[in-house]
This record gives sequence, C-alpha cells and structure tokens, in this order.
Amino acid sequence: MNQTNPADDARHKQDANAPVLEVEDLHVEFRTRDGVAKAVNGVSFDLRPGETLAILGESGSGKSVTAQAIMGILDTPPGYVTQGSVRFRGTDLLTLPEKERRRYRGEKISMIFQDALSSLNPVYSVGFQIGEMFRVHRGASRADAKKKAIELMDRVRIPAAHERVNDYPHQFSGGMRQRIMIAISLALDPDIIIADEPTTALDVTVQAQVMQLLADLQAESKMGLILITHDLGVVADVADKISVMYAGSLIEQAPIIPLYGSPAHPYTERLLAAIPRVDLKGQELYTIKGIPPNLTNIPTGCAFHPRCPYAQPICSEQVPPLQDVSEGRRSACHFWKETLDGSIQSR
Amino acid sequence: MAASRADEPILEVRGLVKHFPLTKGILFKKQIGAVQAVDGIDLKLYKGETLGVVGESGCGKSTTARLLMRLDEPTAGQIFFHGEDIALLSGKAFKAVRRNIQIVLQDPYSSLNPRMTVGDIVAEPFRIHKGVVPKGNLRKNVQELLEVVGLNPEHIHRYPHQFSGGQRQRIGIARGLALRPEIIICDEPVSALDVSVQAQVINLFEKLQDELGLSYVFIAHDLSVVRHISDRVSVMYLGKVVETGDEEQIYERPTHPYTQALLSAVPVPDPTLRGQRDQIMLEGDVPSPANPPSGCRFRTRCWKVQDVCAKVEPELIVREGLDHPSACHFADIRHVIETRVAT
Repeated sequence: MNQTNPADDARHKQDANAPVLEVEDLHVEFRTRDGVAKAVNGVSFDLRPGETLAILGESGSGKSVTAQAIMGILDTPPGYVTQGSVRFRGTDLLTLPEKERRRYRGEKISMIFQDALSSLNPVYSVGFQIGEMFRVHRGASRADAKKKAIELMDRVRIPAAHERVNDYPHQFSGGMRQRIMIAISLALDPDIIIADEPTTALDVTVQAQVMQLLADLQAESKMGLILITHDLGVVADVADKISVMYAGSLIEQAPIIPLYGSPAHPYTERLLAAIPRVDLKGQELYTIKGIPPNLTNIPTGCAFHPRCPYAQPICSEQVPPLQDVSEGRRSACHFWKETLDGSIQSR
Repeated sequence: MAASRADEPILEVRGLVKHFPLTKGILFKKQIGAVQAVDGIDLKLYKGETLGVVGESGCGKSTTARLLMRLDEPTAGQIFFHGEDIALLSGKAFKAVRRNIQIVLQDPYSSLNPRMTVGDIVAEPFRIHKGVVPKGNLRKNVQELLEVVGLNPEHIHRYPHQFSGGQRQRIGIARGLALRPEIIICDEPVSALDVSVQAQVINLFEKLQDELGLSYVFIAHDLSVVRHISDRVSVMYLGKVVETGDEEQIYERPTHPYTQALLSAVPVPDPTLRGQRDQIMLEGDVPSPANPPSGCRFRTRCWKVQDVCAKVEPELIVREGLDHPSACHFADIRHVIETRVAT
C-alpha cells in the first residue's frame, strides 16, 4: 500500500527545503473508564530540514501524546488517533500498516525520552543497545554493530568509548546516559529527531552540554528537531519556531523572536510573565489563576477562558479558530489583535 | 525564649559535617569509606530573611536540610538556634525547638499520607505538640490555615489525591505553618510544579514571609527561582559551600569559577540574547562524593586549575579586592549575566 500523492512526491524531489514532516488536524483521545479524555484536539504544524520546532506546554497539555502519535507508539487501547494525518515527505504514516511503519521508526524519525535510566534496558550493555539498531534494521553482525556503537559513542562525546562500550546503564551518570539515548536515536541517520523533555532530569551544567551536543549534531546532519518541553529558557536558546499547546490544542504558533517579544495569546503572555528570570531584578511574578483543565472535561469555547484575565462572554461560547496573525504566525484567541498591541483590558 | 537581636542570626551552622559510611560484609560490617555528603559548612540565617542554597544534584543541599531539622544526626559540627546548640538538646527542650523549625518537602505526591484527609494532615502537628491550640478549636484552626494558603476551607474532608500538584504543595505549606514556626526549611518546594502554578506558590511563600515574619532556608537547583526569592545565597558543590553573599553579590559579581559556570548555564527566556551570553561549558560530571578530589573539589572541572589547587584546599574567606567570601585561590569577578531591573 502506498499512500504517496504523486504531486506531493514531485514537490519533495524538487524542493530540498520542503517540509519533511507535516502534521495536520491531529486528534487523539484516550477512552478511559472515567470518560473520553481528549488529549490532542486538531494540532497542525510542519517541520523543514535542519529546523528546530519547540512544542511548549505544561503537564497534560498533550505535547507528549502528540509526539507518541507521530512516532506511532501510542498505547492503543486506551489511546486512539481519531482524525488527521502525519505526512513524512508526503507519505501519510497513520494509514500505513504496522509492518511498513516500522521502517520509518528509528530509520527516518527517532525519539529521545526524558528519563534515560528507565528507557535503557538495565541488563544489556550500552554497546549492545546502540548496536541493536544496526542488527535489527540493517542486519549487521554483532562485531560490526559493536564497532558502529563505539563510533557513535565517540560522536556523542562519551570519553573512552571503546572502554565503556561494555558497561551497563547504571555505570553512567545522568548526562552520559542521555548521550547514549542520543547515540541510539542517531544510529540510522534519521531525518527527524523528536526529543521529549531531553534535559528535564539533568542539572543545569549538564543540560547545557546536552543541548550543545544536540545543536552540533543537528548542524552536521541537517536533521529536523522537534523539542518537546515546558522550559521557556531552553526553548529561547535553541528553537527556530514554537507551537504552544494548552489543554490539547495549539493556541499560538510563531517564529521564536516575535513570540517572546510580543505574544499574541493571553496564555503565552501570562506564562512569560510567570517565570522568574535569572537576569531580572525586582521582578514581580504574575500568576495564572487556577489550574490546567481536566482533559475529560475541557471548558466550552476557548479552553483557557476560566483562567484568562481578559475573558469576555464570547470566549466561553465560541471556540476561537487558529487565525493568521502574520507570516508564519497564528493565534487561537478571539482578541489576538488586542493582545498583540497590548490594548486588551483585564476584566 | 529571649527575643533575638536583629544582628544575631536565629539559626547558625558551624562546621557541619555528614558522612554516610560505606560498609562491606553482612555480619561484621567493615567501614571501607564514607560518602562525604556535607563536609564542613557554615550558614547563618537572620530573622525575616531568605537564605537560598543552590547546587546541583549530589552537592549535599538536601542532606543539609535534613541536618537542620535534625532528621539526621550530624557527624560533626554544631547547629545553633537562638544561640543554643540543638544537637545537645533532648526530650522536651528539643521538642520546643522542633516546633520552631518546620520543613516543606519537594514532592507533594509522596510527602502527604494518601490515607489521611487534608484536615488530619494539617492538624497532625497540633496532635504531636499538644497545648498549642485547645482541643475544641482544632477544626477552626485547620480551616484558617487552609484559607491562609489559598485553599477552600470546606475541603477539609478531602484526600490528597483529590487535589492538583500545586494545591498539594499548599497543603504541605499549611502543615509547615501550623505551629507558627520561626523558620521554614524549603527543600525544592516548587521543582515539581508547572510554570503557571509555580509562580502562585512562590508568591504565597513571599506573602507569608511578609505577614508572619518567617525566615526561610530555600533549597533549590533552579537559580532563577532562588534569585527571585532570596536575600542571601550560598552556592554548594560536593558538600562544600564555595561562595556565599547577598543576592546581588552572587548574581552580579560571582567570583568562584563554579558559580560563574552555573550561572552562565542557566537558560534565559529571551531569544534575542542567543549566542550573546558568556556561556562557560564545563567538562565532565560531578565527581563521586565518596572519593572527592584532593584540595579544591572543583579542580577537576575548572579552567583556572593550577598545582596549588590539588594541594591546598581553598578556604571560604573574603579575598583581596572582593566583597564577599569565595573558596577559590584565584577568585575574581566575572560578569556572566547582564542583569536588568524589571520595569
């Protein structure tokens, strides 16, 4: 079964800068005993080669579920993709049978998880686990796979790689384990790496090392990077563009500089005002009242309206569409114009 | 208890040491070494102020919190509360001190008993320290406390799982406040919270300090949060305090290479500063506290390292030309953060 659209295919051959990944109107729900949790509601974005897209959101915003749906590693049941498409160079991955899809996973799109210790198998050496990529996908012999594993460990700058290749995950520090995860994800030269909170569990000096490594590797190989995170600081340092998620929906999409400079959605604006900054003195922290909604019971209209300082009657009645603000910029707020130019008034 | 003068610390730590023994064998446990979690630190906390303690994992900051509460017995050193060494106290006298030093823990999910209602959790300190409130007033007191921390007093019969993370942290704070302590030790109190909720809890800590005159020892790894809330800051590395000073001295005029590297690694949420920050990239990882380097413990990752660093341990003293204590032979000011005043 081949889902490639001939026109799309031609476009991708011609244009090296065409998006490698296009996600369109993705919906994911979890059918649980307590009801249906709508984890992702109509998420769309694209990613070009060499580009870094940050998906920003708090816990429960649907950012990790989006990543799982793209990778095809959603737990089904209870999770189901109910609508939308995920096209990799024009091929819709969601319609592919599992056997075909496996060829994309690891080979074209790979993933780095937050918790390296629980993502690595404790009873196999790290060399074996990195080499597994070559044995399973490329049919390499054990000796060859090990050689390649050492090369990769060098590439992610693990000192004395040839001595440490037979060590087990617990013998490495947190930062080194995350490097091993990165080595595994890099093994087959993927076009896209999805990094789900890759540095959240690390200390700040180690976080800086790992983010630098990812940036260097990306520059070498022109791969696209999707960085899933809640950390506005890390995003500011590495991303080209951002998609902000709230309660399963995209609420703002923008290139990085305008988003930080002049947010077009009250949630983004408030989030930026709520973080303490290491370079600011005497700063007052604004708070967003209340807590993020339960996904089985998302508020009507704009999901953010119960917490929004600017909410009007229309906000609880109509779902604001994602509207174009400017080139490459969209906002899902009825009052994006007023938010952007700062003329909006608190209730 | 005598009221403390403004220039006298209410809590003072001198030469605090905690070594956890490493043993070999089952029956005849032989000590083969020690994890030097905290290795000789001095801290002072004055009334109404917040002392920030920062450092990376394994630097001994949580062990310090436990020692200040005397949840662990120190290997050596003294902890003075209003000039009285709490390690020497026992029984009633110690219980009276405990009342005045409370703790708020990091994980709001595991630090609340899931089988107790919120009312029972917050009232537990009153049951232990009898006579603080008359029996009949227990419920009223608990409800007042819930209101102070911004929870609905009607929710007294609910269980922890019925609350969100931020609300659970508020329950933990209410429990810490119950006995009207003078000092609250906060061990990573906002690390587990989402950004939008974190700000609510930080503001709550500040409001309570203003209203109740509390002193905080605020332990955290997030340097931005610590700058926001602290009056003075101590930076720890591998069981030692490497630099201490007021908030401005540490953040605007850091002198210890570790402080400088730590500050420079903090991501700033401003994309226009990308590539313009003076970022110091440290090599390698923190060494094991079971076998720390000789001399200066930071020397294995330091770019200023000289022979003397391996031989002589640098003292935490005010060095020539500088205005605050730094434990580096070659301490020198380096601006790593361009500080702006919020508008």
